[in-house]
Amino acid sequence: MVEAPDPFGYRDAMNMIAPGKGNAGVEISHTAAPSKRPIVITGARGWQAQFANAVEDMRETAQLWRLAWTLSWLDIRLRYRGSLLGPFWLTLSTAVMIGAMGFLYARLFHTDLHVYLPFLSTSLVLWSALSGLTGDGCTCFTQSESMLRAMRMPLCLHAARVVIRNFLIFLHNTPVIIVVFWLMHTVPSLAALTMVPALMLWMADAFFVCLLLGVICARFRDIPPIIGSIIQIAFYVSPVIWSPAILAHRGIGTVLITWNPFFALLDIIRGPLLGGSFTPSSWGVALGYSAILIMVSMVIFSRARARVTYWV
Amino acid sequence: MARLDIENVSIAFPLYHGESRSLKKTVFSAASGRLGQDRKQRLVVEALRNISFSLRSGDRLGFIGSNGAGKTTLLRTMAGIYEPVCGAITIDGAVTALLDPGQGMNFEMTGRENIRLRGLFNGFNESQIKQLQADVAAFAGLDQFLELPVRTYSSGMVVRLGFAMATAVKPQILLMDEWILAGDAAFLDKARHRLETMVRGAEILVLSSHSADIIMQWCNRVIWMDNGQIRADGTPEEVLAAYLPPEQFATVKGAPIPAA
Repeated sequence: MVEAPDPFGYRDAMNMIAPGKGNAGVEISHTAAPSKRPIVITGARGWQAQFANAVEDMRETAQLWRLAWTLSWLDIRLRYRGSLLGPFWLTLSTAVMIGAMGFLYARLFHTDLHVYLPFLSTSLVLWSALSGLTGDGCTCFTQSESMLRAMRMPLCLHAARVVIRNFLIFLHNTPVIIVVFWLMHTVPSLAALTMVPALMLWMADAFFVCLLLGVICARFRDIPPIIGSIIQIAFYVSPVIWSPAILAHRGIGTVLITWNPFFALLDIIRGPLLGGSFTPSSWGVALGYSAILIMVSMVIFSRARARVTYWV
Repeated sequence: MARLDIENVSIAFPLYHGESRSLKKTVFSAASGRLGQDRKQRLVVEALRNISFSLRSGDRLGFIGSNGAGKTTLLRTMAGIYEPVCGAITIDGAVTALLDPGQGMNFEMTGRENIRLRGLFNGFNESQIKQLQADVAAFAGLDQFLELPVRTYSSGMVVRLGFAMATAVKPQILLMDEWILAGDAAFLDKARHRLETMVRGAEILVLSSHSADIIMQWCNRVIWMDNGQIRADGTPEEVLAAYLPPEQFATVKGAPIPAA
């Protein structure tokens, strides 16, 4: 470290204030790693500069992935601190809901339980991940207000935290699907291997949804309830608890199924898991909507990134 | 060689969430005359207007000014928290900002978890985090309280933990708000010593304070903030002479400052 020149003799003045009498544990042992190059923060006006800043923000977030992971994990631990089952309450409540709904709706829809229960369990686990994510995404910046105001930190970190937290919740729910499949003798098709890219697409979409909703909701406080209502309506009009086969021969089916982004996203995971084949049409719709989402999200996030700290 | 340049920086806070816009407008303009409207005719508070200065290694800058003059906003801007509406900030060197006791702590998490998060934020590996936890624990003297959520702490304990965490990493550029100098006497003695080590190690110090004594003792340059603008910039003697009422300045000047 460079020795600072001391033209005004402040050091002597310092020593006068408090003569350091070797207090234990007082010495500072860590030195912050000096940044390799100067950080320049400008009131960026041009969209190119704003876009570059947004990309840089994501790069910094990637470097802090351990922090994002720990924050997410602590979030879950915190929610269930002091409870006996801990995060396995998630598993249990999902199991109870699927069990209760499964028997009732199998009757209502006149469906065989061996077909309906595996369908319902995958649908509900995926849907609860989706709705939990959009709900948390709305508050990803407003919830981290104290952190945003305390230190310079990449904003995408808060979106990543929400994505990882919801992914961990999703993982806690997956045992329900496995048990249902085992009990009902459901065998996924070989196409279920596409689940890996499908989950990656889900993660990417989740991240960009959080950025988009987080920014918009930080600015307009009326948006979170609106998003909540939209997701609730989408739950009933999309084939989540009812099978898409019911609408197969009706005109309305083309809108609710073919062009429904929620259906496409569900179908790319659910279809092959339930023994269906690879469906290029669902993948096409899912990828198309994702591309639009990522573009819109990047544009809005780049434009608003510097302002979010003022809005929260 | 640390460096901190502020060029023509302006900060404006938008007022979005006021239903009674006109009432707010009247009240605020009567209070400070600092309300403006930006390009899109939105109501904004102009917290900082066209601030420029630059700091090099060895600079010890103090901010003085009345409440709401923009001192804390300027510190936050220098720490890179608020991005300016226009202008540029160049930061060359590791920055630590001691701005408020909470320091972005999560009050639901335990002290130990908060320290861990701070370590991860600084990019520490596991053994460094262990060391940081031991270091902070020894200094803050919180012992078994470290295993309890921070919300159960007294406000003094929060200050101690915040201070210990913020000062556990040695910066090149140190930004301090004056809260840091509050605390119980026994801790204050220990804190001062630690702070001095830190200030001595830091190449650039920026301090915001209402206390003329502290400014005189610690700084070699003073900026007087007024209504979001720089009113005066110079040596502590010059600026304080203009800022303080004459009799008060005489008292401060009379205080024993051996080196000045």
